[in-house]
Amino acid sequence: MADLLQTPLYDFHVEKGAKLVPFAGYEMPVQYPLGVMNEHKHCRAKAGLFDVSHMGQVLLTPKSGNIEDACLALETLVPMDICALKPGRQRYAFFTNDNGGILDDLMVANRGDHLFLVVNAACKDADIAHMKNKISDTCEITVVDDRALVALQGPDAETVLSALIPAVADYKFMDVAIVDYDGMELWISRSGYTGEDGYEISVPADNASVFVSKLSENELVEPIGLGARDSLRLEGGLCLYGNDIDETTTPVEAALTWAIQKARRTGGDREGGFPGAEEVLAQFENGAPRKRAGLLPEGRAPMRAGTKLFSSENSSDEIGEITSGGFGPSVNGPVSMGYLSTEYSAEGTKVFAELRGKRLPAIVTKMPFVAANFKR
Amino acid sequence: MKYTEEHEWLKPEGDVVIVGITQHAADALGELVFVELPEVGTEVEKGEEIVVIESVKAASDITAPLDGEITEVNQDIVDTPTLVNEDPTAAAWFFKMKLKDASEMDGLMDEDAYKALID
Repeated sequence: MADLLQTPLYDFHVEKGAKLVPFAGYEMPVQYPLGVMNEHKHCRAKAGLFDVSHMGQVLLTPKSGNIEDACLALETLVPMDICALKPGRQRYAFFTNDNGGILDDLMVANRGDHLFLVVNAACKDADIAHMKNKISDTCEITVVDDRALVALQGPDAETVLSALIPAVADYKFMDVAIVDYDGMELWISRSGYTGEDGYEISVPADNASVFVSKLSENELVEPIGLGARDSLRLEGGLCLYGNDIDETTTPVEAALTWAIQKARRTGGDREGGFPGAEEVLAQFENGAPRKRAGLLPEGRAPMRAGTKLFSSENSSDEIGEITSGGFGPSVNGPVSMGYLSTEYSAEGTKVFAELRGKRLPAIVTKMPFVAANFKR
Repeated sequence: MKYTEEHEWLKPEGDVVIVGITQHAADALGELVFVELPEVGTEVEKGEEIVVIESVKAASDITAPLDGEITEVNQDIVDTPTLVNEDPTAAAWFFKMKLKDASEMDGLMDEDAYKALID
């Protein structure tokens, strides 16, 4: 693994006995000795600690000094209402391409005089190049490469973090703040990728192992690897970029229309004006040919990514494909999501997945599979 | 006990052999969440994929270690797949089979040879 990068928490992972695997160019923990299943359950029951330092952290600073200029610039790349984002608030966003496909999904926070973005590890170089290419006239684009990023997730996340930093107990879902803790400047948001309440915390790389040791000293906390991160987000109905959304899927197909605020839709104050707007807004009006939906296999066999879907036990017409699937430890059974021809995407529809030459039934199901536990 | 390169163990019991997977294989797979076993009475050929197992990570196949006929399968591991992680070399056996040619057992690895393989 000579060419792989390490996060500032590499030594912590080794010390905790992690099994490390290559992921998006980094050597990352896929699991710890507790194992994927128990890590997953621990996170839903108490608190799980994740190293997500491989993700990209980027600052967009308006050259004019006026935050609205940065918001308007970013709005040329994403179909979100960034101007309405208040200082101290964060929102989910995605970059679109000229066909209305999704280049990456990200988090955008308004931090008063600039925007703070967190993008996917595998896409970060492309995202940064994209922004430099399109909006560097108006924004200073600063890649933050001297900070680690960790997530603390689960019903006890508040108890654990507020023991160190009492103010975090008052944060609501998607609040962000910059906090000084023991001489470290922490960038904290109340958000995550598990369907649980929790926080994402950017910490200077030099302080990362000290800070993470503080968190993991608490007996409510277990470190959680990428294996359980995937099953947690799948049960939470959350998309994995590259699996469930990519350059060929539009926001309407991906059932992410909730993330496109009124101001950017047809008739809104700043209608369109993002790449692929014509295609995306047309799909708002006319619908899309396919739709992302949850699927609950009727049996015990997991239906994984790439599994083809059919309308009946013997029909030769493919109606879709699973994009993420596996065993859901909290559901205690298999769960999947995928794309279906829109006519088969209604809740309760029975479809058939082809597994090892056999057609097995699955029911189109509302997501999340496990109720979200956010502090609104 | 004899072993295959596919990380199966075979233990003679009367005129059949009991087949399961090794502790090494169970550890490598991670927690099992699904097991599908062949039907009793199935004639199988060496190398044929006859068992499907899925762990939290991925799906894998288990092949027939030798030619023969399946005489019994272990429903306990279908009902509780994680039994394979807990006790792979005893309670969590997979199936029993009557070998077509019992002498083929001699061609499999003994414990020392298997240990050398996984080290």
